[in-house]
Amino acid sequence: MSRFKKSSASAQPGISTASLPDIVFMLLFFFMVVTKLRDSEQKLTVKTPSATELTKLENKSLVNFIMIGRPVKKYQDIYGTKPRIQLGDKIADEEEIPLFLEKHKSSVPEGQQAGITTSLKIDGDVTMGIVSDVKTALRKAGQLKLNYSANKKAE
Amino acid sequence: MAKGKNRMSSEINAGSMADIAFLLLIFFLVTTQISEDRGILVKLPPWSNEPPEDITLNSRNVWSVLVNANNELLVRGTPTDIRELRSKTKEFISNPRKESDKADSPTKAIVSLKNDRGTKYKTYLEVYNELQAAYNELWNESANKKFGKDYEFLNTNQKREVRDEIPLVLSEAEPTNFGEEN
Repeated sequence: MSRFKKSSASAQPGISTASLPDIVFMLLFFFMVVTKLRDSEQKLTVKTPSATELTKLENKSLVNFIMIGRPVKKYQDIYGTKPRIQLGDKIADEEEIPLFLEKHKSSVPEGQQAGITTSLKIDGDVTMGIVSDVKTALRKAGQLKLNYSANKKAE
Repeated sequence: MAKGKNRMSSEINAGSMADIAFLLLIFFLVTTQISEDRGILVKLPPWSNEPPEDITLNSRNVWSVLVNANNELLVRGTPTDIRELRSKTKEFISNPRKESDKADSPTKAIVSLKNDRGTKYKTYLEVYNELQAAYNELWNESANKKFGKDYEFLNTNQKREVRDEIPLVLSEAEPTNFGEEN
């Protein structure tokens, strides 16, 4: 008994930190994989409003994004300060929406095309005029499933 | 000198590896935004070139919500606070006391939303959210009464049953144009 006590007291093994880099690397790789570097440059300031009745967008490949907002400072010389529409990575007008939708549609397998959703990322301070125009364009193009992108409201 | 150094570095010191990895880890932690796309799901009516035919509806079944360019709310002709919209809408649809100015039955209730081109999107979405919330709450109540669980946990058939009883009819009129400014 006494021998055991003595040996443990005198050895004092420190915690091995040899596996620490492995753990950290694992975390590192996790975050590297999860991080999605923005593939399209955001040319508009879009701060979506918050809401409570939200649904999650499930299948990312079936979603196309239309952004509406005022151009960021860098692009105000070119595009002015009025609210504009951004499709993919370029600023466009609502006449270009059908083509944009068609392009996205062709990248989706035929069986899943009915499930295509358009996610509208719209700045909260934009007035409804331009939003209505986009909605009309979408209706004309036959894209009826919409998702008004919003943040979860803290209750 | 060089000879001695060579002999010394027989093994690379891996002690600082953790530091480097931590640095990278923190960098990615800070830059990561786990993008979660959530939003309010909406189904638009199909486009038709003909103007919609006039349907005369019993006015007791129509819940008209107007939002003007000053982001003010007019519900059935009375200015209303947005915080009251949800409970009032629920009362209109379910009509628990069978009042004569509220919907005959939930199946006949129609919510009509009209906004101005100058309405702020934020306000519009807030109103839309409240109307959707009214329906969601009614669905939840009905689901709990019938199946003893919340609406979102029901299977497709049960959901359909609930929705057939309280169908969501939200009609959006063409926006007026009084106050568009950019």
